[in-house]
Amino acid sequence: MHSYGYRANGVLSLSLTILALLCTVASLSGGILNLPPPSAHVEVVNINWFQKHRSGNDEVSLTLNISANLESLFTWNTKQIFVFLAAEYETPKNSLNQVSIWDGIIPSIEQAKFRINTINKYRLADQGNNLRGREFNLTLHWHVMPRTGKMFADKIVMTGYRMPHEYV
Amino acid sequence: MGLIGESMDSIKTLQIRSTLSQAATLGMIVASALMIWKGLICITGSSSPVVVVLSGSMEPGFKRGDILFLRMTKDLIRTGEIVVFNVDGKDIPIVHRVIEVHERQDNGEVDVLTKGDHNPKDDRFLYPYGQLWLQRHHIMGRAVGFLPYVGWVTIIMTEKPIVKYILIGVMALLFITSKE
Repeated sequence: MHSYGYRANGVLSLSLTILALLCTVASLSGGILNLPPPSAHVEVVNINWFQKHRSGNDEVSLTLNISANLESLFTWNTKQIFVFLAAEYETPKNSLNQVSIWDGIIPSIEQAKFRINTINKYRLADQGNNLRGREFNLTLHWHVMPRTGKMFADKIVMTGYRMPHEYV
Repeated sequence: MGLIGESMDSIKTLQIRSTLSQAATLGMIVASALMIWKGLICITGSSSPVVVVLSGSMEPGFKRGDILFLRMTKDLIRTGEIVVFNVDGKDIPIVHRVIEVHERQDNGEVDVLTKGDHNPKDDRFLYPYGQLWLQRHHIMGRAVGFLPYVGWVTIIMTEKPIVKYILIGVMALLFITSKE
């Protein structure tokens, strides 16, 4: 009962149990600071071009101005926030199309309030040629990646965007 | 003569009994580990409820050696989710993020495109030749939580099998020589 082996075993088991408990509590505790809730605004500054490829698929290139404030999502258990902007629309063939056109990583709260002017990082192409005149939403999604524990995600949907009626 | 024979017999039965009980205990431990594993598979609905991150393609979010907890629900697959999928013909699961979803009106089938956060390009180069999208049946689960560093044990044991043999040898030795 008093050999070194038993004592080492006891200490190790207890410390591992306490460490696991600490990790759980860390992941449950949230932010208590009084920061405004997440907000975002996206403006389509320009439609650079809008073509139908030989494959039959429409593709569009946009210049976007994305601004957002995600400061209230940062807690001491937050390792980074992965944020991306998805264009969402419906076509006769597909009940839902979600295409991520821009993403970024916010590593700390200092960079959580940002404004960026950019062309779409990823191509926005349809399965087919259904984009002319199409209404679409731009949704800013964010995934909070913790230092340990459960990940969670949320989004802000911005509606009211529309593709040009003719190819450009 | 008779006495020696009798005591030899009783020693033998004692040793047989303790060996058998040790074997039974070992069997119980292995069986309960297996039950817990299978139980996790049932509860999470995924055929591999825990995976180890093997590559750096999702850095800085997930690093090599982290372990991910997976769940599979009937919920529709949406962009941003971190999914684990198997490419036909290869049996190493890949953990990447969904960046494109196209869901059919008529039958609800989905075409999914994935990309590792740290990779410059999407995963089409990983899919088999001619395959442009993943389907629902390729996806084994969504990552819902993670623990850092714990997976290094598995990586070391897989990539340097000598460590595994040494570990098993030491455990077997301790087991045999322990008195309980």
